[in-house]
Amino acid sequence: MPITENPSADTVLSIRDLNIALPKGADRALAVEDVSYEVKRGEIMCVVGESGSGKSMAANAVMGLLPKGVNATHGEILFEGQDLLALTEKQHRALRGLKIGMIFQEPMTALNPLMRVGAQIAEVFEAHGQFTPKERQARALELLIEVGIPQPEKAIRAYPFELSGGQRQRVMIAMALALEPILLIADEPTTALDVTTQAQILELIRDLQQRRGMSVMFITHDFGVVAEIANRVCVMRHGKIVELGDAKSVLEKPQDAYTQALIAAIPSNAVPPHRETSQVAPLLEIKQLNKVFRSRGGFLKPSREVRALEDVSLTLARGETVGIVGESGSGKSTLGRCVVRLEHPDSGELLLDGVNLSQLKGDALRRERHRVQMIFQDPYASLNPRTKVGMAIAQGPIANGTPKAAALKQAGELLDMVGLGASAVERFPHEFSGGQRQRIGIARALALNPELIVADEAVSALDVSIQAQVLELLEELKQRLSLSLLFITHDLRVAAHICDRIVVMQHGRIVEQGSAEQIFLAPKEAYTQDLLKAIPGREAPVAATA
Amino acid sequence: MVYARLILMRLFKAVIVLFLIVIFNFLLIQLAPGDPAAILAGEAGAADQEFLDQLRERFGLDQPMYVQLWHYVSGIAMLDFGYSYRLGVPVFDLIMDRLPATLLLTGTAFVLSLVLGIVAGSMAAARVKKPSGSLIMALALVFYATPLFWVALMSVVVFSVYLGWLPAYGLYTVGAGHTGLALVLDVAKHLVLPATTLALFFMAIYTRMTRTSMLDAAQQDYVKTARAKGLKPGIIQRRHVLRNALLPIITLAGLQAGQMVGGAILTETVFAWPGIGRLMFEALQQRDYNLLLGIFFFSAALVIVFNIITDLVYSLADPRIKKGAA
Repeated sequence: MPITENPSADTVLSIRDLNIALPKGADRALAVEDVSYEVKRGEIMCVVGESGSGKSMAANAVMGLLPKGVNATHGEILFEGQDLLALTEKQHRALRGLKIGMIFQEPMTALNPLMRVGAQIAEVFEAHGQFTPKERQARALELLIEVGIPQPEKAIRAYPFELSGGQRQRVMIAMALALEPILLIADEPTTALDVTTQAQILELIRDLQQRRGMSVMFITHDFGVVAEIANRVCVMRHGKIVELGDAKSVLEKPQDAYTQALIAAIPSNAVPPHRETSQVAPLLEIKQLNKVFRSRGGFLKPSREVRALEDVSLTLARGETVGIVGESGSGKSTLGRCVVRLEHPDSGELLLDGVNLSQLKGDALRRERHRVQMIFQDPYASLNPRTKVGMAIAQGPIANGTPKAAALKQAGELLDMVGLGASAVERFPHEFSGGQRQRIGIARALALNPELIVADEAVSALDVSIQAQVLELLEELKQRLSLSLLFITHDLRVAAHICDRIVVMQHGRIVEQGSAEQIFLAPKEAYTQDLLKAIPGREAPVAATA
Repeated sequence: MVYARLILMRLFKAVIVLFLIVIFNFLLIQLAPGDPAAILAGEAGAADQEFLDQLRERFGLDQPMYVQLWHYVSGIAMLDFGYSYRLGVPVFDLIMDRLPATLLLTGTAFVLSLVLGIVAGSMAAARVKKPSGSLIMALALVFYATPLFWVALMSVVVFSVYLGWLPAYGLYTVGAGHTGLALVLDVAKHLVLPATTLALFFMAIYTRMTRTSMLDAAQQDYVKTARAKGLKPGIIQRRHVLRNALLPIITLAGLQAGQMVGGAILTETVFAWPGIGRLMFEALQQRDYNLLLGIFFFSAALVIVFNIITDLVYSLADPRIKKGAA
């Protein structure tokens, strides 16, 4: 029996027994099956699920923006007394932007790069034939002020590339709210943003929602965000609703096993457990590392400088896991790339067991390279799609002189070790899911018997439940192979979960470093405190995980 | 202000590049065996040493190479490209005499191919997976694959010989003595076949490229945003899809524009069009080096000019470039 609710007088949107069919050849027949839920007046309804759960599909059906080949085959979507599924395209278009507004996940790509921000907002009025062109600009300015863009008079004439991610998302919100819609659909609107920016955008959405008495359908994968913003929650899995109810009761007493697992999989909301930090000689010593990126100047362009790393010093003991935490542009990835020598630092020392990596070149560097290996962020982009998995792993050892047959055999063993089975050797990357590919990435890094692994946002692209499994695997392998780990992440929760010590970076500098416990419980610097405060759902009541 | 500085810097660079091209061309031609004196003498039938020396002295071919180079380069600085060995006329005058006809032909073909290509490509993109869309793409493929001279000959056979609608060759009707509007109409009539022939190939490329580029742009997130605003499909196609899809077309159009001086040899030959292409072909056969060098210089200069124009157009079309350059 599917989970349903009864419509009441203050229902704005009512989805009833909705089925959405996927095109033939998809991994399942129905993207959404027997889904029914309500969005009531003035509430924020969170639809939660992992990738592939179908959580966005119903929203797209509401907007009439389902992808080609995907159709609602059963059920109804009632909005203001009419069934949205029965509307013609023209009727549906009249509702979009006017009665229902929508914002999307990627603020970087959701705005037309060739149009000024003001013109893109004014388009909403134009689409529904409201106001004169001059009035539209005035309204656009008012909206930009309302969503809190700095220097709105300048921003209205700016092109999207001149704004930051958070500012672009504010523009998207201004656009969606232009005609004061009754319902706002927000599809993962904060997922691509830094944690402090995410906190600001969540606050803005909540604030506007209350001021305008609007209803919000908020789609997310993050239970932290749910705890922060939701009045009610609908949890989806494989196209079906598994749990539906008040935010408080779902978060505190999740009934369904899957919901429980999802909430438990959020890297510890609580204080990280105390860990012994070893006092042995350091494996990696970074001293006064500097890196400046200069855009090539020349005749026409003045050169631009970005100080990616400024006097960064830290040590990493053998067997230790050190987390580098920071927002985008903090220099954390540059630091990681310097350690594996994909970047060449301008000055400073990188001592690995006393060998200064930063000074090595050519053959000498190639000989030492295998000792530090990297796991990359994007499991989809970091594997060559035309190279078999076994070969992808064996390439490193072969380049270092291992005979091909032996390297492939070792690749099989490694794949077994990361839980994929040796048979994966003969398969191509596209046959694996994101989490499995990240396991391949780990196997690839291990193939060269490294002493130090640099994991650059290694779990950021993964669903929470997969995230937990990959983190567990990393932890286990680290113990078994006595590895050291430099763990780069934007996510303090993940860092707290896996790291012994945490280094916080901002604008290329180290702001604060200390044991995970100390950073989490007693942060000294204001920036660290801000970061911690910005973690969604940190103070909300969540079912105990420990 | 930004533009003024940008153009100034680009022109400065262009002068340096042109200077290098002149030197390079000059040296390259020196590598070729035999000199114009030998050919002229050979054709005159009297190839004794005295006559040869006399010829060489007259054209300055007896001077050391660096002296010849200096004379040539300093001459070009004052738009003096020397005399054609063969015709005895200043090279500059010869080129200026032929340039308008070529620019008329290639310019018309350029505009024609660009406009028709973009229109056909947009239509094909809007009719993807429909028979009419496939038909446009099939035609584009045919035009792309058919040799230019064959299209030229066949169009002469069909439209001039068989149907008798359009003149088969020349720039205007010799001896008709048209003036004013009548002359314009006469030239326009003569222009139709060569310009269309020349345009077809690039039109096919623009069609294919516009279609791909538009289908790609239609997948972008900002198009979904535009739909979520409730905009009409026509506006979305024009304002959001097409504008973004045009960026790669500008690059390609710039490349084509650069070929406007020398790119029409075949067409000019088939249609007896009195342009630079034919002049170059004749100069090549007769080893008229001064004339060849002059034509090389002009086509190089045009390529550079159109590169600058392309970059300017691109920075107008894409705000990200302008701000990046400033």
